[in-house]
Amino acid sequence: MGIMKRITGNDSKASSSTPLINVSRRSFLQGSGGLAIGVCLGPVACSSKDAGTAATVASNIPAFEPNAFIRIGADNSVTVIAKHLEMGQGTFTGLATLAAEELDADWSQVSVEAAPADVTKYKNNLLGGQGTGGSTAMADSHEPMRKAGATARAMLVSAAAAEWKVPAAEITVSKGTIRHAASKKEASFGQMADKAAKQPVPTDVVLKDPKNFTLIGSQTATRKDSAAKTNGTAKFTQDVKLDGMLIAVLAHAPNFGSTIKSFDDSKARAVAGVVDVIRVDAVPGVNRAAVAVLAKNTWVAKQGRDALVVEWEEAEAFKLSSAEIFKQFHELSAKPGLVAGTRGDTAVALKKPAKLLEASYEFPYLAHAAMEPLNCVIHYTGDSCQIWNGEQFQTFDQAAAAATLGLKPEQVSITQLYAGGSFGRRASSKSDFIVEAATLAKAAYAKGVKAPLKMVWTREDDMRGGYYRPAFVHAIKAGLDKDGKLVGWQQRIVGQSIAKGTALEPYMVHEGIDHTSVEGTSDTRYDIANLQVELHSVDYKLPVLWWRSVGHTHTAYAVETMMDELAHAAGKDPVEFRRALLEKQPRHLAVLELAAAKADWGKPLAPITGMKRGRGIAVHESFNTFVAEVAEVSIDADGMLKVDRVVCAVDCGLAINPDVIKAQMEGGIGFGLAAILHSEITFDQGKVVQGNFGEYPMLRINEMPVIEVHLVASAEKPTGVGEPGVPPIGPAVANAVFAATAKRIRKLPFGDQLSA
Amino acid sequence: MRPMTKIERVLPIVNTVGARSFIIPQLSFPSLPMTDLTINGVKHTHNGDAAMPLLWFIRDEVGMTGTKFGCGVAQCGACTVHLDGQPIRSCVTPVSVAAGKNITTIEGTATDKVGAAVQASWRKLDVVQCGYCQSGQIMSAVALLAKNKAPTDSDIDSAMGGNVCRCATYVRIRAAIHDAATALA
Repeated sequence: MGIMKRITGNDSKASSSTPLINVSRRSFLQGSGGLAIGVCLGPVACSSKDAGTAATVASNIPAFEPNAFIRIGADNSVTVIAKHLEMGQGTFTGLATLAAEELDADWSQVSVEAAPADVTKYKNNLLGGQGTGGSTAMADSHEPMRKAGATARAMLVSAAAAEWKVPAAEITVSKGTIRHAASKKEASFGQMADKAAKQPVPTDVVLKDPKNFTLIGSQTATRKDSAAKTNGTAKFTQDVKLDGMLIAVLAHAPNFGSTIKSFDDSKARAVAGVVDVIRVDAVPGVNRAAVAVLAKNTWVAKQGRDALVVEWEEAEAFKLSSAEIFKQFHELSAKPGLVAGTRGDTAVALKKPAKLLEASYEFPYLAHAAMEPLNCVIHYTGDSCQIWNGEQFQTFDQAAAAATLGLKPEQVSITQLYAGGSFGRRASSKSDFIVEAATLAKAAYAKGVKAPLKMVWTREDDMRGGYYRPAFVHAIKAGLDKDGKLVGWQQRIVGQSIAKGTALEPYMVHEGIDHTSVEGTSDTRYDIANLQVELHSVDYKLPVLWWRSVGHTHTAYAVETMMDELAHAAGKDPVEFRRALLEKQPRHLAVLELAAAKADWGKPLAPITGMKRGRGIAVHESFNTFVAEVAEVSIDADGMLKVDRVVCAVDCGLAINPDVIKAQMEGGIGFGLAAILHSEITFDQGKVVQGNFGEYPMLRINEMPVIEVHLVASAEKPTGVGEPGVPPIGPAVANAVFAATAKRIRKLPFGDQLSA
Repeated sequence: MRPMTKIERVLPIVNTVGARSFIIPQLSFPSLPMTDLTINGVKHTHNGDAAMPLLWFIRDEVGMTGTKFGCGVAQCGACTVHLDGQPIRSCVTPVSVAAGKNITTIEGTATDKVGAAVQASWRKLDVVQCGYCQSGQIMSAVALLAKNKAPTDSDIDSAMGGNVCRCATYVRIRAAIHDAATALA
């Protein structure tokens, strides 16, 4: 909470006021009430017809803009301004649903536009700065967006009441039409917009009773980005084209921490179309040193890049190999670490249990590998800077670019475009690729290159660019008494902290414990009387970062597979065993029981000739959302695994867009499956081995299970869905594999372990 | 170690749909001064390196950005376009190979009956998430339905196995292909 604000000390008034922003503010401000702030809020357009914002740019001059989140045009368009990044998780649709619900707009008249970087208006109150992450968007925005809609509606109603000379209380609004039944008067929002703008802004508005919702919870509120993402018109950073723009492709240092010793660019410069070659020194610990080739198109820039000969200084570089890393981790896991959480007396409880189970787990480094490789468009003019980016961390990135360029944050404007996936990567804790782009732009400007630049990373640049989900080793000891009751649990966790060494460290690391390294363990809701979780945080010159569902990616796997081992050791059904430990946790219990019931837990699976079959379950809370998943698997004689079906139950509080929630569970399951089955970043003397999808395989359509998602009806405050579908799938599948084969997989990815 | 699953044994076949036949050493292509290309029925002329992949001509020279760059080595399918109706990976297809052939991109697919039906099903089922791979997914789906009016799940696996979706929208991709097949029947 409040993290970003405290770090940057910046509540800048940056308005992203490019010369191209719509110029309608003055006329609007003359007529509108106090909520409107005297800063341009209009569409931030690029300086070329080929570029654009993520959403449809309203073609008309807005007539009514009651607050920073809603604009209503004379053409009856309703534009919702989204402060959160749309990276696939459906946040644009969610924000629009909330505002349109209270506005009583017709869904078809609503479009969404990305907000500019301006923390004074668009702060994420759960992050403390403008940004998207931690599955916070709906939790942060559900009330403000509903209030924004209700405010606009109240002003439209006031305007109609004055115009028609009828009591406001007699006016109704439905699907974008304002009506007064007795006088049979009606108007569209567009017709009433100018007059609404002259109404006072109500200081308090009453929100709807949930029983009157027409969009929230309905199937009417379909995705706002479907059309553009289906016909090729959706604009990503990769698609920005500005007048005179040059493409930059870079030769990056193969080891983290290397510097440039020397380079020979004669062959690069000989490639027809290469414009210049720029040295991009690293900010230590932030970005990799690189040499950039600038050209008129991407292919030429890449040809030039490939022709560079660079000699790297590796004295300070990260040089470890994966085997050494895991050897160190395992050695540490044998020693006591810093206590991250403790209940009862675990040492005593584990002294002489009736049964003692011990297991250690290995989790590899993981790349985010979004489909859109990292990139950034930047135009530095000496005293200002414009950035176009799939922007996830506006406040951080604005400050980082400004610091790199010697500007004030308000001199840096950021246009947020759709991100072709992120999974956390575009919310860089050190703004690494923004710093790289700014360093490049500054160096190019100093050499007389004044053109806007599009920095393009190849797939290999992206996969070898660091900021990985850190590797972890867990060592667990757990004891059962003679009745099969869980009496003690000790868990040692070893890995790099994602916060240590970043500006977030003071806020995320307390007494040496980075909570994200242990989340899901020390705070487990399982009723375990004697529990101790210890942590060893390892320091490497290897940048690591959150990755869709963060610590839960590994903690849920270790905890939920050990829970399954304990259930079997106790001779109990895995659902029953968990139920006994979750008696005081109604929301966990509800998803556990719903998933089990819908998956026919307890009934035998239909046999498939030549296949061993099994069913496994896992339940996990992350980001205040509760998810249980049951996986059904088949394994053939060669040990080839197929996940046939997954049944998922989710409780995310009030379901704003049920279909988006289902889609996020489906996607989260597929994303998690890729990781547990295939994904692994390894190092050979510090160099990343994997470079493309051949060596870092993605999940493909033939591996995707049939998925059923069931929502728990809830009136609780809405919580996130982008991440919580991921954690349970790994342990659910691993537990199903055990049910089928009696083999425990404790080292990820699965790889060929079932063939052995 | 690299995982070895049943899935990957399949991939070398499905993953190179339209790609393998076009992986030709660049050196065997002398640079041609001019290459004529027909994209969505419109003629364009490329002046330069004839070994440049078609992807970059379409994106950087013509300025149509619906076709995406994902991997550069025909492993993800984000760059899929049609060459005389066949799905190919434009990131490894030199412009010289495309000369004289009809190239169709996502921007040109709505005018085709199958293309329009596929896009309609994609919208109806809200298939997309981040959306970056979806042009390629749709181009592969259109090519499948153009030659197979009632694809089975297995047919879909074969035809779509070269297109990666990191958001894992595969459940809906499969459903949308079946939906489009029904609509076209």
